[in-house]
Amino acid sequence: MSKQPATAASEPYITVIGLEVHVQLQTQTKLFCGCSTKFGSPPNTQVCPTCLGLPGSLPVMNRHAFDLAVRAALALNCKIAPFTKWDRKNYFYPDLPKGYQISQYDLPFSSDGHLEVVDPKGAFSRKVDIIRVHLEEDAGKSMHDEAAGTADTRIDLNRAGTPLCEIVSQPDLRSPQEARGWLNELKLLLVYLGVSDCNMQEGSLRVDANVNLHIPLPGEGGADGRIAKTPIVEIKNMNSFRSVERALIYEAARQWEEWQATKIEMGKMPKQTRGWDDPAGITRPQRQKEESSDYRYFPEPDLVPVTVSDAEIATARAAMGDPPTVLRAALAEKWKISAYDADVLVNQGRDLVAWYEDLATRVGEGKVASNWMQQDVLRTLNERGGTIAEFPVTSEQVADIIGRVQKGDFDTSRGREIFAEVLGSGKSVADVVATMGIAAVSDDDLVALCQELLAANPKIVADVKGGKEQAAAGLIGQAKKKNPNANPGKVRQMCLDLIKALP
Amino acid sequence: MQPLELSAVDLVTAIRRGEASAVQVAEAFLGRIEKANGSINAFLHIDREAALARAADIDARRKAGKPLGALAGLPVAVKDALCTSDQPTTCASKMLAGFRPPYDAHVVAKLRQADAVLVGKTNMDEFAMGGSNENSAFGAVHNPWDLTRAPGGSSGGSAACVAADMAPAAIGSDTGGSIRQPAGLCGITGLKPTYGRVSRRGLVAFASSLDQIGPMTRSAADCALLMETIAGHDPGDATCLTDEVPRYTEMLEKPLTGLRIGRVAEHFGPGLDPEVAHGVEEAFAAFKAAGATIHDVELPHAKYGIATYYLVAPCEASSNLARYDGAHYGHRAEPGRGHRTSAGPTGEFESPLVEMYCRSRAEGFGPEVKRRIMLGTYALSAGYYDAFYAKALRVRRLIRQDYLDAFAQVDLIGGPVSPTPAFPLGEKTSDPLAMYLVDMYTVGTNLAGIGGISFPCGFTKGGLPIGFQLQGPALSEPLLLRAADRYQKLTDWHTRRPKLAT
Repeated sequence: MSKQPATAASEPYITVIGLEVHVQLQTQTKLFCGCSTKFGSPPNTQVCPTCLGLPGSLPVMNRHAFDLAVRAALALNCKIAPFTKWDRKNYFYPDLPKGYQISQYDLPFSSDGHLEVVDPKGAFSRKVDIIRVHLEEDAGKSMHDEAAGTADTRIDLNRAGTPLCEIVSQPDLRSPQEARGWLNELKLLLVYLGVSDCNMQEGSLRVDANVNLHIPLPGEGGADGRIAKTPIVEIKNMNSFRSVERALIYEAARQWEEWQATKIEMGKMPKQTRGWDDPAGITRPQRQKEESSDYRYFPEPDLVPVTVSDAEIATARAAMGDPPTVLRAALAEKWKISAYDADVLVNQGRDLVAWYEDLATRVGEGKVASNWMQQDVLRTLNERGGTIAEFPVTSEQVADIIGRVQKGDFDTSRGREIFAEVLGSGKSVADVVATMGIAAVSDDDLVALCQELLAANPKIVADVKGGKEQAAAGLIGQAKKKNPNANPGKVRQMCLDLIKALP
Repeated sequence: MQPLELSAVDLVTAIRRGEASAVQVAEAFLGRIEKANGSINAFLHIDREAALARAADIDARRKAGKPLGALAGLPVAVKDALCTSDQPTTCASKMLAGFRPPYDAHVVAKLRQADAVLVGKTNMDEFAMGGSNENSAFGAVHNPWDLTRAPGGSSGGSAACVAADMAPAAIGSDTGGSIRQPAGLCGITGLKPTYGRVSRRGLVAFASSLDQIGPMTRSAADCALLMETIAGHDPGDATCLTDEVPRYTEMLEKPLTGLRIGRVAEHFGPGLDPEVAHGVEEAFAAFKAAGATIHDVELPHAKYGIATYYLVAPCEASSNLARYDGAHYGHRAEPGRGHRTSAGPTGEFESPLVEMYCRSRAEGFGPEVKRRIMLGTYALSAGYYDAFYAKALRVRRLIRQDYLDAFAQVDLIGGPVSPTPAFPLGEKTSDPLAMYLVDMYTVGTNLAGIGGISFPCGFTKGGLPIGFQLQGPALSEPLLLRAADRYQKLTDWHTRRPKLAT
């Protein structure tokens, strides 16, 4: 089978996708004990009797984690339950030291929300309903060491008890591309809210996807037929949004092939779980956990129900700040930039937007500031890595360079060179301008330069005189050679003026 | 002065006044343990060296004029279900044989802060599941009044050690009667506080919504003394109450004039031993003589108590005990010996991991624990949850409402603790249902989350103690303790001691 089945331009089916996203909340401590949630510490160094599940240990809820989860749910337009409780999800696994996970079953703290995603290039726009958002504790990590045939498994419980928010969408997505776009939007939102760092490499964000195909079948004699639905497959083990997209593309094609061969419809076989094999580019069937069908949920007797007052909801709402959708529209409106530009900026996070707004304020022109952000600042930032807070050039410095370009001291490409030099040397804009010999060319010098050019190029002068203004371009190249600081626009205008003035 | 004969209150007073040293007191009780434990088996661990060192430290601090805790020098025995950082905590299970917790239970820490001298860990029914103490992996406890009989359970070791003068006070835990019933069968006083009055942190969980730690002593006054130390809010237990702890010891004196005690006719129905019934009626008469009035009250759903309890408790237990799987601590079966004792329907284990789980649990748990895990697992399973667990929760609410209704008419409810006096060891071990009925008068207290106290109210002709139980509304401990204390000021049943051939 090919690694990446091609998607037909118009498939004879609709791909129906629902997502289950787990995000780790950005708390200092775990959900039910005081242990640190820091990533990357030596195994089993951030543990206590509670997260080790030792006899007699008890959980106590971390209210900050709960408040963060409420903030996320509000931003996802969910209803917040005034009363919610905890449940135990019972199953045996070595990375689950209590033999149950504290989760939420029939009364999640929030439900019935939605998150819209609009592709800035207009490829799609989709409002995805969210069934529920609930809070639960993470399990530990099993590290299987199959070396030397010992099949040794080591358990790290540092992660056990870390607060996780589970977000379950309706199957409202209609393409792998939409799924990826929606995940990007969800991640951006959660990062904006300060709810999670959504770092997939560190496991802060995990995605499972449910996918099947809806296939319209033709009816008798041209009448409308029915829709056949293929069995739902849950895909696991996708560790990037790109993997999610690829896995869904693969799985849709695989289901289509299977449908054509078997005509098996949903309900005729149990829901299947398949794992994404990224290097191979395929999904493979996964063995079901023995007890997965019956978790014997029941109310967690060690914890009391949680109540959420209207005042608490108001506080959480106030702490939210503008979500990305609102911010995009506001930026486009305020700085007269395109929706696309606003999208690029907002997608870089709240700090970069603040940096941009500072630059735009100094420059006084949103569009120019946006161009510089995208072509210079962002490009360099992407090459260098790091965050805007760590960026060595300040918005004040960039505004200084743009200001000089606007004044006509030099052109944009010269400005770029200055930006690169400021970035590399750490010097001030003024120093760089001085050391690079980029002095503003005085009007007298400009006149002298242009007269010299006209004298040396009678053919061009004659052409221009004859009405071919574009011939002046030849002068500009020569001017650059004679004086690199000469502003090409000014040179052109001056030469035209001088030629016109000739008898 | 003979320390073994003094009450906890008197011992603490004597030590504070310097009339006895803590070491002297500790030595007296440790000596008694040495003599008597062989025949009674009340202790699973005895920490003689640590106890004596602790006592010596208290004496030194007293001599230096340094402040001492409220229980300074008082020997206290602790049920082996409470975590102790310096002694093993086994819950009388092979599963936890030799297990040493890295932390102290909240109550143990409070006892240490109060300068109590912890003498050892007491025997119990495995994971507190049982009413006779025969479900211990380390041997049954023998009732000091008759060594051929059971001391009750599950806090049988705690009850027996107090009854046999091996400790003036002990800590027990009560999930369905596990403090009150053995106290009744051993002729001592035991208090099951309101749910949440005492922190459960560090108490190895049996049924989280029912478990409660309480004192087991010779008298209500001694229970009041211990309660002042162990009760109170613990931010480490989300179900712990924040209400201020009253000065129980200072609230005992008020006479019982006008106290309304309820009497439930169903408590005197089939199954109640006539001698027990007689003793209980005598106690009602004594309360009446002391100024209380006796009123008939109804607990219409009490008859469903045992059925409800034996769903709620095993369901919670099946989850609470899931952690004992051999993976992280406790008993783990040796790999690959090939005797497949509990293979699945196919006769094969699904994986080496599943085999390890199955065999570790098969080997580590005793039959009663397995029975309850299976009952609870079954009742929580898909398709059975509503019929069993959810229904049991609804009945539990009705039982709680019964008590609320009754306490609108009376201050306390009196009656027997258990249907019979101490029964012979082995009598009920082959009949789990008969064993479950020993809790018939006590489980309602736990299901309702209220308080109850048990104390001796007479003896059978054969010389076995008869227990009387008072139940009171939530946070009625001051009244429960006062009523029992007033009764004990008028009677001497609680002062009687078994004659032990040692």
